[in-house]
Amino acid sequence: MRPVYLDHIAATPPRPEVVDAMLPFLGESFANPQSLHSGGQEALQAVEESRARVAGLIGASAEEVVFTASGSESNNLALKGMALAGRARGKRIIVSAIEHLSVLNAAKSLEKLGFETVLVPVDGLGRVDPEDVRKALTKGTVLVSVQTANSEVGTLEPVAEIARISRENGVPFHTDAIAAAGNVPFDVRALGVDALSLAADQFYGPKGAAALYLRKGTRIVPLVDGGVQEGGRRGGTENVPAIVGMGRAAEIAAAEMTKWIGTETSLRDHLIRGLLEKVDRSVLTGDPSSRLPHHASFCVEFIEGEAMLLHLDMKGVAASSGSACTSKSLKVSHVLLAMGVDHALAQGSLVFSLLETTTAADIDRVLEVFPPIVDTLRRMSPLFTKFLEEKTS
Amino acid sequence: MIYTEKVMDHFQNPRNVGVIKDADGVGQVGNPVCGDMMAFYIKVADDRLADIKFQTFGCGAAIAVSSIVSEMAMGKTLDEAMKITNSLVAEELGGLPKNKLHCSNLGADALHAAIANYRERLSPAVASGEAKRTPESEAEECACPYCDGPLVEEGAGELCRKCDVEFVECPSCGDLNKRGAETCVHCGEALEK
Repeated sequence: MRPVYLDHIAATPPRPEVVDAMLPFLGESFANPQSLHSGGQEALQAVEESRARVAGLIGASAEEVVFTASGSESNNLALKGMALAGRARGKRIIVSAIEHLSVLNAAKSLEKLGFETVLVPVDGLGRVDPEDVRKALTKGTVLVSVQTANSEVGTLEPVAEIARISRENGVPFHTDAIAAAGNVPFDVRALGVDALSLAADQFYGPKGAAALYLRKGTRIVPLVDGGVQEGGRRGGTENVPAIVGMGRAAEIAAAEMTKWIGTETSLRDHLIRGLLEKVDRSVLTGDPSSRLPHHASFCVEFIEGEAMLLHLDMKGVAASSGSACTSKSLKVSHVLLAMGVDHALAQGSLVFSLLETTTAADIDRVLEVFPPIVDTLRRMSPLFTKFLEEKTS
Repeated sequence: MIYTEKVMDHFQNPRNVGVIKDADGVGQVGNPVCGDMMAFYIKVADDRLADIKFQTFGCGAAIAVSSIVSEMAMGKTLDEAMKITNSLVAEELGGLPKNKLHCSNLGADALHAAIANYRERLSPAVASGEAKRTPESEAEECACPYCDGPLVEEGAGELCRKCDVEFVECPSCGDLNKRGAETCVHCGEALEK
């Protein structure tokens, strides 16, 4: 039986067209884009075409796109680069409590340099209230960063409104759109953001290629000092094959996204309805309506996420979890905790994230194999036994 | 695969799962906050473990550890079973990933707690000290978020000796924060200085 891969949030499979576009640049077209000879110029042209394609996906101009090596690097460049560029004005930065660790830990590093981080809370559905951002804004605030969508619970944030509030107060705004870009349509001008992170491996492109959109005029201090690459905003020889793959993936996403969203939304809703119906004492996490089209996340009571993932894997289903045991740090998801999810319940976190190629048969397979896994694990769970005893007594 | 074949075997086909209603001793360790919780039930005959059942809330390693502990201890005298150590459990499973070693502590602890509970029922005065956790497993409740190493209790918080970082629990969500942080990195709640 074909494996069912529902771990989009970890990585998407590169489209065959993407791999084909990359191949020449892994071999004969190896030249450095900064070289003056014709090989170098050919590579440069490929990089610049990709830049235009990535810009096209998000409604930016090509010169506003800086290529990086990962989404985490884009977030680090935005947080550190923009905060440091603004340090003459103040030392306060505002981020949401459910940001990716590449934002939260970048903010922590800035604290060591004397910056102060304010964490804006979220509600039970993982939504930031733009008014909380307004209240946190002070004269010395140099950066606001709130993600476009959360990869653990799928919630879409009101970034356009937060961007507007930031702009009214003259504070630059960055959004981590890694989970959203290439999966839901948006336009950086309509959103009104100053900076936006995106990564190719979230829209059927390769790993090692990501970008930071920087609105023309946005000030930044580079993290990697070097030559003239990326307009002086990131030194280092360009990773040409990965950049070319990202460009091709952006072009495909721009053309096919509407179709993907249609398919994914209906399959996602089928999965959510089916799972909640078949698994007693399970809940959907995140916003039920304003969420990523490919994202279905749950907490299953009385059992733990890693055990569920191992069983699912043995049945050929790949998914992910925010339980403490699945993380190397043994810490339960900071996202679920910030949403007020009980610690024990958060251990039963499970995320299915769909691909554009996911079929109804794939979802039916999950709905068939998953409930017996829950039964098996609950039979050996002391928490479930206790629950049954309390129910009958 | 992060786990050995033996771990996966015990995870998939755990031995001795269940509850003994009229158990001679019951031991429960861990809590769902740190991710693992184990309950061991024992029947004792002629100072030997005649039957063992367990229940586990936790990851693959936690389930495999409980299963192999029940198998290792079955039929042993109580004194022999008390000698089953965390490292023996991990060794019997062909090794565990470093950040899962605390699971093996819980398994041995839960069994030992059940035996201590049995002994306490027999003569409360003599055995009352034995339910305490063994020194080897102390401080293994949660791991340091930076190095995965053990945390030891220190005053009101916990300390990672290796990283020399002190952590305090957030009063709102219970997660660990560096001492001195103003707000919890996880829920944004204000922390006491």
